[in-house]
Amino acid sequence: MKNKYSIFSLIKNAFSQHQNWKQAWGNPEPKKEYDAVIVGGGGHGLATAYYLAKKHNMKNIAVLEKGWIGGGNTGRNTTIIRSNYLWDASAGLYDHALKLWENLSQELNYNIMFSQRGVMNLAHNLQDVRDLKRRTHANRLNGIDAVWLDTKEVKEFCPIINTSPDIRYPVLGGTLQKRAGTARHDAVAWGYARGADEMGVDIIQNCEVKGIKRNGDQVEGLETTKGFIKTKKIGVVAAGHSSVIANMAGLKLPLESKPLQALVSEPVKPIIDTVVMSNAVHAYVSQSDKGELVIGAGTDAYISYTQRGSHDVVEGTLKAILELYPIFSRMKMLRQWGGIVDICPDASPVISKTNIKGLYFNCGWGTGGFKATPGSGDLFAHTIANDEPHKLNAAFNLNRFISGDLVDEHGAAAVAH
Amino acid sequence: MFIINCPYCGERDQSEFSCGGEAHIVRPKQPTELSDDEWAEYLFMRKNIKGVQFERWNHIHGCRKWFNMIRDTSNDKIHAVYKMGEKPPVI
Repeated sequence: MKNKYSIFSLIKNAFSQHQNWKQAWGNPEPKKEYDAVIVGGGGHGLATAYYLAKKHNMKNIAVLEKGWIGGGNTGRNTTIIRSNYLWDASAGLYDHALKLWENLSQELNYNIMFSQRGVMNLAHNLQDVRDLKRRTHANRLNGIDAVWLDTKEVKEFCPIINTSPDIRYPVLGGTLQKRAGTARHDAVAWGYARGADEMGVDIIQNCEVKGIKRNGDQVEGLETTKGFIKTKKIGVVAAGHSSVIANMAGLKLPLESKPLQALVSEPVKPIIDTVVMSNAVHAYVSQSDKGELVIGAGTDAYISYTQRGSHDVVEGTLKAILELYPIFSRMKMLRQWGGIVDICPDASPVISKTNIKGLYFNCGWGTGGFKATPGSGDLFAHTIANDEPHKLNAAFNLNRFISGDLVDEHGAAAVAH
Repeated sequence: MFIINCPYCGERDQSEFSCGGEAHIVRPKQPTELSDDEWAEYLFMRKNIKGVQFERWNHIHGCRKWFNMIRDTSNDKIHAVYKMGEKPPVI
Protein backbone atom coordinates (compact mmCIF):
# COMPACT_ATOMS: atom_id res chain seq x y z
CA MET A 1 0.00 0.00 0.00
CA LYS A 2 1.60 3.24 -1.15
CA ASN A 3 0.35 5.32 1.77
CA LYS A 4 -0.32 2.88 4.60
CA TYR A 5 -1.81 4.29 7.78
CA SER A 6 -0.17 3.02 10.98
CA ILE A 7 1.19 4.19 14.28
CA PHE A 8 4.54 4.73 12.53
CA SER A 9 3.10 6.91 9.76
CA LEU A 10 1.30 8.89 12.45
CA ILE A 11 4.55 9.50 14.37
CA LYS A 12 6.47 10.29 11.16
CA ASN A 13 3.87 12.84 10.08
CA ALA A 14 3.78 14.39 13.54
CA PHE A 15 7.32 15.70 12.87
CA SER A 16 5.99 17.71 9.93
CA GLN A 17 2.95 18.98 11.86
CA HIS A 18 0.74 16.65 9.78
CA GLN A 19 1.18 18.93 6.76
CA ASN A 20 2.50 16.26 4.40
CA TRP A 21 -0.22 13.61 4.41
CA LYS A 22 -0.96 12.56 0.83
CA GLN A 23 -4.48 12.99 -0.56
CA ALA A 24 -6.45 9.82 0.15
CA TRP A 25 -7.95 9.75 -3.36
CA GLY A 26 -7.45 11.68 -6.57
CA ASN A 27 -9.60 14.05 -8.53
CA PRO A 28 -9.34 12.80 -12.13
CA GLU A 29 -11.17 14.00 -15.24
CA PRO A 30 -13.27 11.26 -16.86
CA LYS A 31 -11.69 9.14 -19.60
CA LYS A 32 -13.50 8.59 -22.91
CA GLU A 33 -14.35 4.98 -22.13
CA TYR A 34 -14.55 2.60 -19.17
CA ASP A 35 -15.22 -1.14 -18.79
CA ALA A 36 -17.87 -0.26 -16.20
CA VAL A 37 -19.28 2.91 -14.67
CA ILE A 38 -20.90 3.10 -11.24
CA VAL A 39 -23.46 5.89 -10.87
CA GLY A 40 -23.50 7.15 -7.30
CA GLY A 41 -20.53 7.76 -5.02
CA GLY A 42 -22.07 6.79 -1.71
CA GLY A 43 -20.96 3.88 0.44
CA HIS A 44 -22.69 1.25 -1.71
CA GLY A 45 -21.34 2.67 -4.98
CA LEU A 46 -17.78 3.03 -3.74
CA ALA A 47 -17.89 -0.45 -2.18
CA THR A 48 -19.12 -1.82 -5.53
CA ALA A 49 -16.17 -0.20 -7.31
CA TYR A 50 -13.77 -1.44 -4.64
CA TYR A 51 -14.87 -5.08 -4.96
CA LEU A 52 -15.04 -4.89 -8.77
CA ALA A 53 -11.38 -3.88 -8.77
CA LYS A 54 -10.30 -6.17 -5.97
CA LYS A 55 -12.19 -9.41 -6.56
CA HIS A 56 -13.06 -9.22 -10.24
CA ASN A 57 -9.94 -7.47 -11.52
CA MET A 58 -11.90 -4.73 -13.28
CA LYS A 59 -9.57 -1.77 -12.92
CA ASN A 60 -10.71 0.44 -15.81
CA ILE A 61 -13.81 1.66 -14.03
CA ALA A 62 -15.22 4.93 -12.72
CA VAL A 63 -17.57 6.10 -10.00
CA LEU A 64 -19.65 9.16 -10.94
CA GLU A 65 -20.99 11.31 -8.10
CA LYS A 66 -23.14 14.38 -8.73
CA GLY A 67 -22.07 16.04 -5.46
CA TRP A 68 -19.25 14.93 -3.21
CA ILE A 69 -18.65 11.35 -2.12
CA GLY A 70 -20.59 10.26 0.93
CA GLY A 71 -22.66 13.48 0.85
CA GLY A 72 -25.96 11.71 0.29
CA ASN A 73 -27.55 9.08 2.48
CA THR A 74 -24.15 7.66 3.50
CA GLY A 75 -23.59 10.83 5.50
CA ARG A 76 -27.20 11.16 6.63
CA ASN A 77 -28.08 7.84 8.24
CA THR A 78 -28.00 6.87 11.91
CA THR A 79 -25.08 4.42 11.37
CA ILE A 80 -26.82 1.34 12.76
CA ILE A 81 -25.59 -2.08 11.68
CA ARG A 82 -27.49 -5.32 12.38
CA SER A 83 -28.55 -8.48 10.57
CA ASN A 84 -31.57 -9.72 12.56
CA TYR A 85 -33.95 -10.00 9.59
CA LEU A 86 -36.72 -12.58 9.37
CA TRP A 87 -36.44 -14.40 6.04
CA ASP A 88 -33.60 -16.69 4.95
CA ALA A 89 -32.79 -14.55 1.92
CA SER A 90 -32.44 -11.40 4.03
CA ALA A 91 -30.52 -13.19 6.76
CA GLY A 92 -28.02 -14.33 4.12
CA LEU A 93 -27.69 -10.85 2.66
CA TYR A 94 -27.40 -8.82 5.86
CA ASP A 95 -25.24 -11.29 7.76
CA HIS A 96 -22.84 -11.46 4.80
CA ALA A 97 -22.50 -7.70 5.25
CA LEU A 98 -22.08 -7.96 9.01
CA LYS A 99 -19.25 -10.47 8.58
CA LEU A 100 -17.50 -8.05 6.20
CA TRP A 101 -17.99 -5.19 8.68
CA GLU A 102 -16.20 -7.18 11.36
CA ASN A 103 -12.93 -7.04 9.43
CA LEU A 104 -13.43 -3.88 7.39
CA SER A 105 -11.07 -1.52 9.25
CA GLN A 106 -8.22 -4.00 8.70
CA GLU A 107 -9.22 -4.73 5.11
CA LEU A 108 -9.32 -1.04 4.16
CA ASN A 109 -6.47 0.06 6.48
CA TYR A 110 -8.91 2.76 7.53
CA ASN A 111 -10.52 3.09 10.94
CA ILE A 112 -14.24 2.91 10.32
CA MET A 113 -14.85 2.89 14.10
CA PHE A 114 -16.98 -0.27 13.96
CA SER A 115 -18.42 -0.77 17.42
CA GLN A 116 -20.32 -3.97 18.23
CA ARG A 117 -22.27 -2.41 21.07
CA GLY A 118 -25.41 -4.45 20.45
CA VAL A 119 -28.80 -3.51 19.06
CA MET A 120 -31.94 -3.99 21.08
CA ASN A 121 -35.42 -4.06 19.47
CA LEU A 122 -38.20 -3.43 21.97
CA ALA A 123 -41.67 -4.97 22.08
CA HIS A 124 -44.56 -2.77 23.23
CA ASN A 125 -47.61 -4.98 22.70
CA LEU A 126 -48.45 -8.67 22.58
CA GLN A 127 -48.17 -8.88 18.79
CA ASP A 128 -44.70 -7.30 19.01
CA VAL A 129 -43.74 -9.97 21.54
CA ARG A 130 -44.93 -12.78 19.27
CA ASP A 131 -43.28 -11.29 16.16
CA LEU A 132 -39.97 -10.54 17.84
CA LYS A 133 -39.79 -13.99 19.46
CA ARG A 134 -40.49 -15.55 16.08
CA ARG A 135 -37.76 -13.41 14.53
CA THR A 136 -35.32 -14.43 17.27
CA HIS A 137 -35.97 -18.10 16.48
CA ALA A 138 -35.65 -17.50 12.75
CA ASN A 139 -32.36 -15.66 13.29
CA ARG A 140 -30.90 -18.48 15.36
CA LEU A 141 -31.87 -21.07 12.74
CA ASN A 142 -29.89 -18.95 10.27
CA GLY A 143 -26.86 -18.75 12.53
CA ILE A 144 -27.44 -15.13 13.53
CA ASP A 145 -26.96 -14.33 17.19
CA ALA A 146 -30.19 -13.16 18.76
CA VAL A 147 -31.68 -13.48 22.22
CA TRP A 148 -35.03 -12.59 23.72
CA LEU A 149 -34.91 -10.39 26.83
CA ASP A 150 -37.79 -9.95 29.24
CA THR A 151 -38.58 -6.52 30.70
CA LYS A 152 -36.21 -6.96 33.65
CA GLU A 153 -33.34 -7.99 31.37
CA VAL A 154 -34.02 -5.01 29.09
CA LYS A 155 -33.73 -2.73 32.11
CA GLU A 156 -30.50 -4.40 33.17
CA PHE A 157 -28.97 -4.07 29.71
CA CYS A 158 -30.01 -0.44 29.31
CA PRO A 159 -30.88 1.06 32.72
CA ILE A 160 -32.16 4.43 31.47
CA ILE A 161 -35.19 2.91 29.72
CA ASN A 162 -38.46 3.57 31.49
CA THR A 163 -39.88 0.07 32.00
CA SER A 164 -42.78 1.18 34.18
CA PRO A 165 -46.01 -0.70 33.29
CA ASP A 166 -47.85 2.62 33.53
CA ILE A 167 -46.56 4.26 30.35
CA ARG A 168 -48.71 4.41 27.22
CA TYR A 169 -46.72 1.69 25.41
CA PRO A 170 -44.99 -0.32 28.16
CA VAL A 171 -41.83 -2.30 27.41
CA LEU A 172 -42.85 -5.97 27.34
CA GLY A 173 -39.41 -7.26 26.40
CA GLY A 174 -37.05 -7.06 23.48
CA THR A 175 -34.51 -8.80 21.29
CA LEU A 176 -30.78 -8.28 21.46
CA GLN A 177 -28.21 -8.86 18.74
CA LYS A 178 -24.82 -8.45 20.38
CA ARG A 179 -22.76 -8.53 17.17
CA ALA A 180 -24.75 -5.57 15.90
CA GLY A 181 -23.69 -1.98 16.51
CA THR A 182 -22.58 1.16 14.73
CA ALA A 183 -19.77 2.48 12.51
CA ARG A 184 -18.56 5.91 11.47
CA HIS A 185 -20.56 6.45 8.26
CA ASP A 186 -18.27 9.01 6.55
CA ALA A 187 -15.25 6.83 7.22
CA VAL A 188 -16.91 3.97 5.34
CA ALA A 189 -17.22 6.10 2.19
CA TRP A 190 -13.72 7.52 2.59
CA GLY A 191 -12.15 4.14 3.31
CA TYR A 192 -13.71 2.51 0.24
CA ALA A 193 -12.85 5.56 -1.90
CA ARG A 194 -9.22 5.40 -0.84
CA GLY A 195 -9.07 1.64 -1.41
CA ALA A 196 -10.71 1.86 -4.83
CA ASP A 197 -8.59 4.84 -5.91
CA GLU A 198 -5.43 2.96 -5.03
CA MET A 199 -6.42 0.11 -7.36
CA GLY A 200 -6.91 2.59 -10.21
CA VAL A 201 -10.62 3.38 -10.00
CA ASP A 202 -11.46 6.93 -11.15
CA ILE A 203 -13.66 8.67 -8.57
CA ILE A 204 -15.25 11.60 -10.39
CA GLN A 205 -17.09 14.08 -8.19
CA ASN A 206 -19.37 16.92 -9.29
CA CYS A 207 -20.36 14.87 -12.33
CA GLU A 208 -24.09 14.40 -12.76
CA VAL A 209 -25.58 11.82 -15.11
CA LYS A 210 -28.00 13.46 -17.57
CA GLY A 211 -28.87 10.59 -19.86
CA ILE A 212 -28.27 6.95 -20.71
CA LYS A 213 -27.51 6.09 -24.32
CA ARG A 214 -28.88 2.81 -25.58
CA ASN A 215 -28.47 0.89 -28.78
CA GLY A 216 -31.54 -1.30 -28.81
CA ASP A 217 -31.33 -3.43 -25.69
CA GLN A 218 -27.67 -2.67 -24.93
CA VAL A 219 -26.35 0.36 -23.06
CA GLU A 220 -23.65 2.33 -24.85
CA GLY A 221 -22.75 5.06 -22.43
CA LEU A 222 -23.72 7.99 -20.28
CA GLU A 223 -24.37 11.66 -20.96
CA THR A 224 -22.92 13.58 -18.03
CA THR A 225 -22.19 17.17 -17.05
CA LYS A 226 -18.55 16.34 -17.90
CA GLY A 227 -19.38 15.01 -21.37
CA PHE A 228 -20.21 11.64 -22.88
CA ILE A 229 -18.64 8.54 -21.30
CA LYS A 230 -18.67 5.33 -23.29
CA THR A 231 -19.25 2.06 -21.43
CA LYS A 232 -20.94 -1.31 -21.86
CA LYS A 233 -21.79 -1.76 -18.17
CA ILE A 234 -23.58 0.71 -15.92
CA GLY A 235 -24.24 -0.03 -12.26
CA VAL A 236 -26.71 2.42 -10.76
CA VAL A 237 -26.54 2.94 -6.99
CA ALA A 238 -28.36 6.26 -6.76
CA ALA A 239 -30.56 5.62 -3.68
CA GLY A 240 -33.44 8.15 -3.66
CA HIS A 241 -32.75 9.15 -7.25
CA SER A 242 -32.80 5.60 -8.70
CA SER A 243 -36.14 6.19 -10.44
CA VAL A 244 -34.78 9.37 -12.02
CA ILE A 245 -31.86 7.45 -13.56
CA ALA A 246 -34.17 4.56 -14.52
CA ASN A 247 -36.40 7.01 -16.41
CA MET A 248 -33.40 8.05 -18.51
CA ALA A 249 -33.17 4.46 -19.74
CA GLY A 250 -36.94 4.21 -20.24
CA LEU A 251 -37.35 1.90 -17.27
CA LYS A 252 -39.87 2.00 -14.41
CA LEU A 253 -38.98 0.72 -10.94
CA PRO A 254 -41.21 -0.36 -8.03
CA LEU A 255 -39.94 2.51 -5.88
CA GLU A 256 -41.25 5.55 -4.06
CA SER A 257 -38.78 8.19 -2.82
CA LYS A 258 -39.51 9.83 0.51
CA PRO A 259 -37.65 12.01 3.00
CA LEU A 260 -36.36 10.20 6.08
CA GLN A 261 -35.20 12.31 8.98
CA ALA A 262 -32.64 12.05 11.74
CA LEU A 263 -31.44 14.41 14.42
CA VAL A 264 -28.66 14.74 16.95
CA SER A 265 -28.61 16.35 20.37
CA GLU A 266 -25.98 18.42 22.09
CA PRO A 267 -23.08 16.21 23.25
CA VAL A 268 -23.30 14.78 26.76
CA LYS A 269 -21.29 12.29 28.83
CA PRO A 270 -21.78 8.56 28.06
CA ILE A 271 -25.32 7.58 29.02
CA ILE A 272 -26.40 4.89 26.55
CA ASP A 273 -23.84 2.29 25.45
CA THR A 274 -26.01 0.35 23.01
CA VAL A 275 -28.54 1.01 20.23
CA VAL A 276 -32.21 0.79 21.19
CA MET A 277 -34.91 0.63 18.53
CA SER A 278 -38.67 0.63 18.95
CA ASN A 279 -40.76 0.01 15.86
CA ALA A 280 -44.16 0.30 17.52
CA VAL A 281 -43.66 3.82 18.86
CA HIS A 282 -41.03 4.75 16.31
CA ALA A 283 -38.10 5.79 18.43
CA TYR A 284 -34.54 4.73 18.06
CA VAL A 285 -31.50 6.13 19.72
CA SER A 286 -27.78 5.59 20.20
CA GLN A 287 -24.91 7.79 21.31
CA SER A 288 -22.03 8.82 19.08
CA ASP A 289 -18.42 8.83 20.24
CA LYS A 290 -18.68 12.61 20.43
CA GLY A 291 -21.49 12.20 22.96
CA GLU A 292 -24.42 13.30 20.82
CA LEU A 293 -27.62 11.30 20.96
CA VAL A 294 -28.30 10.06 17.43
CA ILE A 295 -32.04 9.76 16.89
CA GLY A 296 -33.80 8.33 13.87
CA ALA A 297 -37.23 9.66 12.96
CA GLY A 298 -39.68 8.39 10.38
CA THR A 299 -40.42 8.98 6.71
CA ASP A 300 -42.91 11.47 5.36
CA ALA A 301 -45.94 9.74 3.91
CA TYR A 302 -45.60 11.37 0.48
CA ILE A 303 -43.08 11.33 -2.36
CA SER A 304 -40.62 14.18 -2.08
CA TYR A 305 -37.04 14.86 -3.17
CA THR A 306 -36.58 17.86 -0.87
CA GLN A 307 -34.10 16.37 1.65
CA ARG A 308 -35.82 18.01 4.62
CA GLY A 309 -39.00 16.30 5.90
CA SER A 310 -41.93 17.38 8.05
CA HIS A 311 -41.80 18.70 11.58
CA ASP A 312 -44.68 16.54 12.85
CA VAL A 313 -42.60 13.43 12.09
CA VAL A 314 -39.83 14.67 14.37
CA GLU A 315 -42.36 15.61 17.04
CA GLY A 316 -43.85 12.11 16.98
CA THR A 317 -40.44 10.50 17.42
CA LEU A 318 -39.39 12.82 20.23
CA LYS A 319 -42.65 12.20 22.11
CA ALA A 320 -41.86 8.48 22.08
CA ILE A 321 -38.22 9.08 23.03
CA LEU A 322 -39.27 11.15 26.03
CA GLU A 323 -41.74 8.56 27.25
CA LEU A 324 -39.13 5.80 27.02
CA TYR A 325 -36.24 7.93 28.34
CA PRO A 326 -37.57 10.60 30.73
CA ILE A 327 -33.93 11.42 31.55
CA PHE A 328 -33.62 13.16 28.13
CA SER A 329 -36.43 15.64 28.81
CA ARG A 330 -34.14 18.68 29.07
CA MET A 331 -31.76 17.77 26.24
CA LYS A 332 -31.43 20.23 23.38
CA MET A 333 -31.43 19.02 19.80
CA LEU A 334 -28.62 20.52 17.74
CA ARG A 335 -29.22 19.48 14.17
CA GLN A 336 -31.96 17.85 12.10
CA TRP A 337 -31.76 16.75 8.47
CA GLY A 338 -33.42 14.58 5.87
CA GLY A 339 -32.26 12.13 3.21
CA ILE A 340 -34.25 10.76 0.30
CA VAL A 341 -34.84 7.02 0.62
CA ASP A 342 -36.15 4.76 -2.15
CA ILE A 343 -38.70 2.38 -0.72
CA CYS A 344 -39.68 -0.96 -2.25
CA PRO A 345 -43.19 -2.37 -1.69
CA ASP A 346 -41.74 -5.33 0.28
CA ALA A 347 -39.19 -3.31 2.29
CA SER A 348 -36.35 -5.32 0.73
CA PRO A 349 -33.70 -4.05 -1.69
CA VAL A 350 -33.14 -4.71 -5.38
CA ILE A 351 -29.68 -5.89 -6.50
CA SER A 352 -30.44 -6.95 -9.99
CA LYS A 353 -29.92 -7.08 -13.71
CA THR A 354 -32.56 -5.37 -15.81
CA ASN A 355 -34.04 -6.27 -19.19
CA ILE A 356 -31.60 -3.76 -20.72
CA LYS A 357 -28.24 -5.43 -21.32
CA GLY A 358 -25.43 -3.89 -19.32
CA LEU A 359 -27.72 -1.94 -17.00
CA TYR A 360 -27.74 -3.01 -13.36
CA PHE A 361 -29.60 -1.56 -10.40
CA ASN A 362 -28.78 -1.61 -6.70
CA CYS A 363 -31.64 0.26 -5.07
CA GLY A 364 -34.71 0.06 -2.86
CA TRP A 365 -32.76 -0.05 0.40
CA GLY A 366 -35.38 2.26 1.83
CA THR A 367 -34.75 3.26 5.41
CA GLY A 368 -32.01 0.73 6.18
CA GLY A 369 -29.24 0.57 3.60
CA PHE A 370 -26.20 1.63 5.59
CA LYS A 371 -25.93 -1.67 7.50
CA ALA A 372 -25.56 -3.56 4.24
CA THR A 373 -22.90 -1.35 2.61
CA PRO A 374 -20.02 -3.89 2.33
CA GLY A 375 -22.27 -6.83 1.45
CA SER A 376 -24.26 -4.81 -1.05
CA GLY A 377 -21.08 -3.64 -2.79
CA ASP A 378 -19.63 -7.14 -2.85
CA LEU A 379 -22.76 -8.77 -4.29
CA PHE A 380 -23.46 -5.97 -6.76
CA ALA A 381 -19.86 -6.19 -8.01
CA HIS A 382 -20.36 -9.93 -8.51
CA THR A 383 -23.62 -9.30 -10.41
CA ILE A 384 -22.00 -6.71 -12.70
CA ALA A 385 -18.79 -8.67 -13.33
CA ASN A 386 -20.49 -12.01 -14.09
CA ASP A 387 -23.73 -10.65 -15.54
CA GLU A 388 -25.59 -12.88 -13.12
CA PRO A 389 -26.43 -12.60 -9.42
CA HIS A 390 -24.51 -14.21 -6.59
CA LYS A 391 -26.62 -16.80 -4.75
CA LEU A 392 -26.95 -14.36 -1.82
CA ASN A 393 -28.67 -11.70 -3.93
CA ALA A 394 -30.55 -13.97 -6.34
CA ALA A 395 -33.80 -13.44 -4.39
CA PHE A 396 -33.42 -9.66 -4.64
CA ASN A 397 -34.07 -9.41 -8.37
CA LEU A 398 -36.50 -7.09 -10.10
CA ASN A 399 -38.45 -10.06 -11.40
CA ARG A 400 -39.88 -10.79 -7.97
CA PHE A 401 -42.47 -8.07 -8.50
CA ILE A 402 -43.75 -10.01 -11.49
CA SER A 403 -43.49 -13.52 -10.04
CA GLY A 404 -44.89 -12.44 -6.66
CA ASP A 405 -41.94 -14.02 -4.81
CA LEU A 406 -41.53 -10.98 -2.53
CA VAL A 407 -39.21 -10.81 0.49
CA ASP A 408 -41.50 -9.08 2.98
CA GLU A 409 -39.35 -7.48 5.66
CA HIS A 410 -41.74 -4.82 6.91
CA GLY A 411 -41.46 -6.35 10.39
CA ALA A 412 -37.68 -6.20 10.51
CA ALA A 413 -37.32 -2.79 8.87
CA ALA A 414 -37.01 -0.39 11.78
CA VAL A 415 -39.02 2.39 10.17
CA ALA A 416 -42.63 1.57 9.46
CA HIS A 417 -43.55 2.34 5.87
CA MET B 1 -44.42 20.01 5.45
CA PHE B 2 -46.82 22.34 3.70
CA ILE B 3 -50.35 23.73 3.70
CA ILE B 4 -52.93 21.96 1.54
CA ASN B 5 -56.04 23.66 0.23
CA CYS B 6 -58.64 20.90 0.67
CA PRO B 7 -61.34 21.40 -2.00
CA TYR B 8 -63.98 20.80 0.70
CA CYS B 9 -62.52 22.38 3.87
CA GLY B 10 -60.03 25.00 2.73
CA GLU B 11 -56.45 25.47 3.88
CA ARG B 12 -55.21 22.98 6.44
CA ASP B 13 -51.88 21.67 7.66
CA GLN B 14 -50.43 18.75 5.68
CA SER B 15 -50.30 16.60 8.83
CA GLU B 16 -54.13 16.37 8.65
CA PHE B 17 -53.87 14.57 5.31
CA SER B 18 -52.68 11.20 4.13
CA CYS B 19 -51.13 10.67 0.70
CA GLY B 20 -52.47 7.93 -1.56
CA GLY B 21 -49.61 8.02 -4.05
CA GLU B 22 -49.63 8.42 -7.82
CA ALA B 23 -53.00 9.43 -9.29
CA HIS B 24 -54.79 8.29 -12.43
CA ILE B 25 -53.63 4.68 -12.29
CA VAL B 26 -56.64 2.97 -13.83
CA ARG B 27 -57.88 -0.17 -12.14
CA PRO B 28 -57.85 -3.02 -14.66
CA LYS B 29 -61.27 -3.52 -16.25
CA GLN B 30 -60.74 -7.25 -16.77
CA PRO B 31 -58.54 -8.45 -13.88
CA THR B 32 -58.80 -12.09 -14.95
CA GLU B 33 -57.32 -11.26 -18.36
CA LEU B 34 -54.19 -9.63 -16.95
CA SER B 35 -50.73 -11.17 -17.41
CA ASP B 36 -48.21 -11.24 -14.54
CA ASP B 37 -46.32 -8.39 -16.19
CA GLU B 38 -49.45 -6.26 -16.34
CA TRP B 39 -50.27 -7.01 -12.70
CA ALA B 40 -46.75 -5.98 -11.66
CA GLU B 41 -47.13 -2.77 -13.66
CA TYR B 42 -50.48 -1.98 -12.01
CA LEU B 43 -49.54 -2.96 -8.44
CA PHE B 44 -45.89 -2.03 -8.04
CA MET B 45 -44.31 0.02 -10.83
CA ARG B 46 -44.42 3.75 -10.17
CA LYS B 47 -43.22 6.82 -12.05
CA ASN B 48 -41.80 8.26 -8.80
CA ILE B 49 -41.25 11.56 -10.56
CA LYS B 50 -38.82 14.22 -9.42
CA GLY B 51 -40.80 17.22 -10.58
CA VAL B 52 -44.47 17.82 -11.28
CA GLN B 53 -46.52 14.84 -10.19
CA PHE B 54 -50.24 14.01 -10.09
CA GLU B 55 -51.23 12.36 -6.83
CA ARG B 56 -54.17 11.39 -4.60
CA TRP B 57 -54.68 12.75 -1.10
CA ASN B 58 -57.24 12.07 1.61
CA HIS B 59 -58.21 14.63 4.27
CA ILE B 60 -58.04 11.82 6.83
CA HIS B 61 -58.30 13.99 9.96
CA GLY B 62 -60.90 16.29 8.41
CA CYS B 63 -63.70 15.63 5.93
CA ARG B 64 -62.17 12.22 5.03
CA LYS B 65 -62.75 12.90 1.32
CA TRP B 66 -60.31 11.95 -1.43
CA PHE B 67 -59.09 14.49 -3.98
CA ASN B 68 -56.28 14.96 -6.48
CA MET B 69 -53.32 17.27 -6.32
CA ILE B 70 -50.59 18.45 -8.68
CA ARG B 71 -47.38 18.97 -6.73
CA ASP B 72 -43.72 19.47 -7.61
CA THR B 73 -41.87 16.79 -5.64
CA SER B 74 -38.54 18.58 -6.06
CA ASN B 75 -39.67 21.56 -3.94
CA ASP B 76 -43.09 20.53 -2.52
CA LYS B 77 -44.81 23.44 -4.32
CA ILE B 78 -48.51 22.70 -4.92
CA HIS B 79 -49.72 23.74 -8.37
CA ALA B 80 -53.37 22.72 -8.21
CA VAL B 81 -55.97 20.79 -6.24
CA TYR B 82 -59.02 19.25 -7.92
CA LYS B 83 -61.82 16.91 -6.98
CA MET B 84 -61.99 13.24 -7.88
CA GLY B 85 -63.51 12.71 -11.29
CA GLU B 86 -62.64 16.21 -12.48
CA LYS B 87 -60.27 16.76 -15.36
CA PRO B 88 -56.79 17.81 -14.19
CA PRO B 89 -56.31 21.57 -14.77
CA VAL B 90 -53.63 22.59 -17.24
CA ILE B 91 -50.68 24.14 -15.40
